[in-house]
Amino acid sequence: MAVTEKTVTPAISRSGEPATISDYFKARPNMIRVVAVIAFFIFWEFAGREGNELFMSYPSAIIVAAWIITADGTLIEAFSASMIPFAIGMVISIVGGIAFGVVMARVWLFEYIVDPYVNALYAIPRLALVPLITLIAGLQVGGKVTIIVSIAIFPIIINTYAGMKDVRGNLLEIGQAFCANERQIFFKIVLPYAIPFIMAGIRLAVGLAIIGMVVAELFTAVTGLGGLIVRYANAFATDRLFVPIVLVAIMGVLITQTVQFIEYRLSKWRVLERQRRDQ
Amino acid sequence: MSEVAAANDVMVTVSNVSKRFKVRETETSSADDSGMMTALDDVSLEVKTGEFLSLLGPSGCGKTTLLRLVAGLLEADGGEIQVAGTPVYEPRKDACMVFQDFGLLPWRTVLDNICFPLEIDGVSKSEREGVAEQYLELVGLQGFEGHFPHELSGGMQQRVGIARALMRKPILLLMDEPFGALDAQTREQLQEDFLEIWQSLKTTVLFVTHSIDESLVVSDRVVVFTARPGKIKKIIVSPVAGDRMASDDVRSNPEFVSARAEIRSMLRSER
Repeated sequence: MAVTEKTVTPAISRSGEPATISDYFKARPNMIRVVAVIAFFIFWEFAGREGNELFMSYPSAIIVAAWIITADGTLIEAFSASMIPFAIGMVISIVGGIAFGVVMARVWLFEYIVDPYVNALYAIPRLALVPLITLIAGLQVGGKVTIIVSIAIFPIIINTYAGMKDVRGNLLEIGQAFCANERQIFFKIVLPYAIPFIMAGIRLAVGLAIIGMVVAELFTAVTGLGGLIVRYANAFATDRLFVPIVLVAIMGVLITQTVQFIEYRLSKWRVLERQRRDQ
Repeated sequence: MSEVAAANDVMVTVSNVSKRFKVRETETSSADDSGMMTALDDVSLEVKTGEFLSLLGPSGCGKTTLLRLVAGLLEADGGEIQVAGTPVYEPRKDACMVFQDFGLLPWRTVLDNICFPLEIDGVSKSEREGVAEQYLELVGLQGFEGHFPHELSGGMQQRVGIARALMRKPILLLMDEPFGALDAQTREQLQEDFLEIWQSLKTTVLFVTHSIDESLVVSDRVVVFTARPGKIKKIIVSPVAGDRMASDDVRSNPEFVSARAEIRSMLRSER
């Protein structure tokens, strides 16, 4: 995450005195953040040791638990059981979402027909459909993938559609003026223009897909990281319970950051163009 | 007038062309009973091969409409337009456009923007980049191949636009107020540089502008338009066309001053 560090300016108070201690810390937000996180973990460690181990764990116990379930293969097995449907679901959502959005933007009949369904499905909480989906598609990979896709595909469809509809007429005219055919206008103008929109949709989809993955496993409660969470919670193994939770959090941050980085690279022209116009 | 322009063959023929637009409800004042606005009314015009011809008039006089008709981006309601002896129905590859807002693709580098027309034509990457290199140099943008449009000033962006339009070695250049978005100094610099390029290439140019000075400085002849409905008021031969390259201050030439006064009074009587 880009944290803009303010340059340290020698703050002079009204009486003309040099910078105070509060000014010194105000100019160093990252220092405060790191200290706050460390303080939290120290507090957690000591408060956790005092409390009931059935209900609350503490960092050192969680690290030990992580080591144990990694060594016996449980964590890795659960991780891959989660990641395989996650990866398949993301690929289907990206490919299918872009294709659906493109057709929706370009074929008016299709747009008119599917428009109410897309909006209705986007509006209802798709988690409400999870029991129905498991009923139809089962508890294994197929069911998980279906749940993930049902949640993650919508921002990609909607952003692809919006990006393609947003292309300004004067950009299309460049293609016409230089005698580009329909196909060339699509691949050389419309699609490149829509890519920043599509990437933003994918970034949203990743976050939703992780939620979908865990929720699917909480329901099915047999495999994956979500399955581990349910199993350890039922066994009151609170220290182990935290391991898959932390792993999901780390995974979410890493994947989102990666997508954000790619998104920035592909959308840089748009951001810079806008900054320039605002000047 | 340059010797090429003196030759008799004609590059563009505009015969009795009319164009009407549907008017939005907010500006019905300019519409007739049927809700249509006449942008061009029975306009006839010839552009000679090698000539630099300006279309001059107040905004809304239909000069840009005429340019877009010649470009094949619009279809006339009446009359006919011919370029190099063939009627225009759609854009031609040998008549290239320079846009007022530069018309660059913001996600492409300077080099890729310039290569765009040849990419459309299916010319191989190495070949089109070789051609682009040549035109980059012509417009004075060597070293900026990898820059993006938003990294360049307006003047430099339009140099990219000009280089791109020259890539196909067009027989006709269509320029829609190409320097209109630039500040006065950049504008004069670009006028000068473009005239030099034009002299070396001898392409026919159809140039839209609303600046009287610009039209007289750059072109052989100036077509003055009346306001709505767009008709040709008068065609004036620029008195400084002969020495536009020689002297660096044609604007103080007495013939230039009187031609400018004549056009100005013509446009003023329109209001």
